[in-house]
Amino acid sequence: MTDTLLKVRGLKIEGRSDETWNPIVNGINLDLKKGEVLGLIGESGAGKSTVGLACMGFTRDGCRISGGEVEFDGIDLVNASAAVKRGLLGKRIAYVAQSAAASFNPAHKLIAQHTEAPTQHGVSSRAESEEDGVELYRRLRLPDPENIGFRYPHQVSGGQLQRAMTAMAMACRPDLIVFDEPTTALDVTTQIEVLASIRDIVEQFDTAAIYITHDLAVVAQMADRIKVLLKGDEVEEADTRTMLSAPTQDYTKSLWAVRSFQRPAKPKPAEDAVPVVSVQNVTAGYGKSAMVLHDVSFDIHEGRTVAVVGESGSGKSTTARCITGLLPPVEGSISFAGESLPLDYRRRSKDQLRQAQMIYQMADTALNPRKSIGEIIGRPVEFYLGLKGKAKRDRVNDLLNEIELEPGEYFHRLPSELSGGQKQRVGIARALAAEPKFIICDEVTSALDQLVAEGILKLLAHLQDTLNLSYMFITHDLATVKSIADEVVVMKEGRVVEQGPKAEMFVPPHHPYTDLLLSSVPEMDPDWLTDLLAERGVDNIGDAAVDKM
Amino acid sequence: MSIVIFTAVNLLPGDFATQILGQGATDEAVASIRKDLGLDQPAVARYFGWLAGTLQGDLGISFAQMNFQSNLGGTQLTTVADQIAPRFANTMFLAGVTATIAVPFAISLGILTALFRNTAFDRAMNIGTLSSISSPEFFLAYILILFLAVLNPVFPSLSNIFSDMSFSDRLNKTMLPALTLTLVVTAHMMRMTRAAIINLMASPYIEMARLKGLSPMRVIVKHALPNALAPIINVIALNLAYLITGVVVVEVVFVYPGIGQLFVDSVKIRDLPVVQACCLIFAAAYILLNLLADVLSIISNPRLRHPK
Repeated sequence: MTDTLLKVRGLKIEGRSDETWNPIVNGINLDLKKGEVLGLIGESGAGKSTVGLACMGFTRDGCRISGGEVEFDGIDLVNASAAVKRGLLGKRIAYVAQSAAASFNPAHKLIAQHTEAPTQHGVSSRAESEEDGVELYRRLRLPDPENIGFRYPHQVSGGQLQRAMTAMAMACRPDLIVFDEPTTALDVTTQIEVLASIRDIVEQFDTAAIYITHDLAVVAQMADRIKVLLKGDEVEEADTRTMLSAPTQDYTKSLWAVRSFQRPAKPKPAEDAVPVVSVQNVTAGYGKSAMVLHDVSFDIHEGRTVAVVGESGSGKSTTARCITGLLPPVEGSISFAGESLPLDYRRRSKDQLRQAQMIYQMADTALNPRKSIGEIIGRPVEFYLGLKGKAKRDRVNDLLNEIELEPGEYFHRLPSELSGGQKQRVGIARALAAEPKFIICDEVTSALDQLVAEGILKLLAHLQDTLNLSYMFITHDLATVKSIADEVVVMKEGRVVEQGPKAEMFVPPHHPYTDLLLSSVPEMDPDWLTDLLAERGVDNIGDAAVDKM
Repeated sequence: MSIVIFTAVNLLPGDFATQILGQGATDEAVASIRKDLGLDQPAVARYFGWLAGTLQGDLGISFAQMNFQSNLGGTQLTTVADQIAPRFANTMFLAGVTATIAVPFAISLGILTALFRNTAFDRAMNIGTLSSISSPEFFLAYILILFLAVLNPVFPSLSNIFSDMSFSDRLNKTMLPALTLTLVVTAHMMRMTRAAIINLMASPYIEMARLKGLSPMRVIVKHALPNALAPIINVIALNLAYLITGVVVVEVVFVYPGIGQLFVDSVKIRDLPVVQACCLIFAAAYILLNLLADVLSIISNPRLRHPK
């Protein structure tokens, strides 16, 4: 026999919706040798996770394997009994989920969850696996490895949880681990640390892995080979370097090209220009005790985009809440076109409210699921502009045209009948409906696939050019910043650490935190992570480096 | 709360005097009894008198006792507290026995139906418990009497317990009413357990547990149940409160001397002090059990027990 660990042939999976079975995966082939890492990439809906789980002989409720074979080390997983599969899962095949925060049971301590698989599978005693858990925590560079296991999941940060989950998957020293987007939900500086830890430990134990992600730069660091999926079909497969340097299929090339969108730089605003929005020395917080923002100041000029970047918890969204008046600052002032605004939105005039609109990260939750698209966009048209009847309908149709959705087709649809990108477009149209001067975009592309996100960015840029809008663009993705920002504000722990025009911000010297952020963004170079670790050392990346500042 | 009880009780048509004297009562006789009992005082004065007494632990004296004693010239008056205490103890005993049987039974059934959901077993259990909760209590009681007392004399059909009975005798006599109440309260608790567990079965940490190769039973008991406790505890508290306050019918059928019977008898003759005291006890039982449920929910949730 060869050293093939996993063999998948003609795998077909169907999902149940509306009382019929619809194909999700149409015949995937896959081979994995012992100790090899295969990257599975594709956009949402490509069937990556479904394939990953099927490699464990598992399908989610409402899905079934309808054809093909999955053979793990000579065992047929498609036809194996539930008991046989249970004997393999956790012991020889393990899983690392996308959201560690949701995948750890909130009712039990980390170490109790860690020791569960080894004790239940009879691999080792509780005491032995606890000891081993501490050792794994240490190898994954978790802080305070002796005691961190005795905490509950909610007491541990996201990046640490993701590493604890990798440790848990390693508990029985499995032959195969399926990583399902393990770093997607993390900040860049945290992601890099988790990536380094995962890569390290997979190499140390010579574990084979399937690494599922939508982020090409990430998969380039982790995988020996890459397989690209599109809507349940395989597009192509090659080893990582070949795939990056010479993709053969058009779809793969388009994925590679996504990050190329870049707006030309705009001239600097005049010295005496009055900014559209000016945030001056704002200090704000929730409740009385802890302040979340400290002395934040920046200006946003007409027709320009200011990107506010920083990690989760750095105060980006809180700043937006201060500008909109949802959270009145304790100190400082917000002015609009030179005129000072009341701090509380309840004391602002309708016209002042109209001038500043917001687009949200989760278009899913920001649109009322019971209202049609026409009603959602029509509401601000009527509320702010007082249009009714035909005038209102015409205006809504114009707005739909502007966001490139055919009015006749979409006017009466419900949000649930739209794709993620289309919903975000509706969110944009709703903001435009008020005819504002200024729009706050809060992570508007974070929940979208790269190709779709690029479309949204292009649309926003086009609207800015035609309507002379100003944007405050909140994001943690520096690639987005590079493509559309004019000015950049870097925030950390509620303070502005650095700000300036984009051209200056991407050229050294930087504030050390900006430098860390920039250097943590994965690049499409398979040696990037290795080089970076060699350059900075393992103790100078991620949270460890942030803590030193 | 005390105002609501007092007002509601006083809104009852007629009063103790008219009820006890019947239709042919003369106005003088009614007035005389009212005067003896203090019913001629304005309602507000009576309310504050009652409230002041209650706050000092004095629930007053039953009208029936006062009337009876004054007519016979006796001096030893039994207070409402003395009257209620043994009855309340009996009710608590019945509720305790029922809870001991029903709670573990309902939760086990809930776990099993969640484990074997959408199977014949699940459906049979759901039909069974739903039929039992939908049937009138006296109907269930007589069915149990028929099968467990008449056809197969396992338990006595009358539950007239006394204070000097041994514990095992009491338990034996209490069994039939307890079983009847078990049938009444099981469905609610079982279905909540089942629903709360099934609700969690789609969560990522349950998927994770299944992907660890754990047995379905362990997944449910160890991973789903601890996170489903809060709603289950609340439903249990609600049902326990029902066992203390709402079991009049079962008490009547089995002649069980609980607080429910005392309550109904007192309402019949408008014996206000007793009615008010019973209401206060019922209200207190609801409040205390719900408080207990909230405390237990907090204890069962590590997020609340160990803030960040």
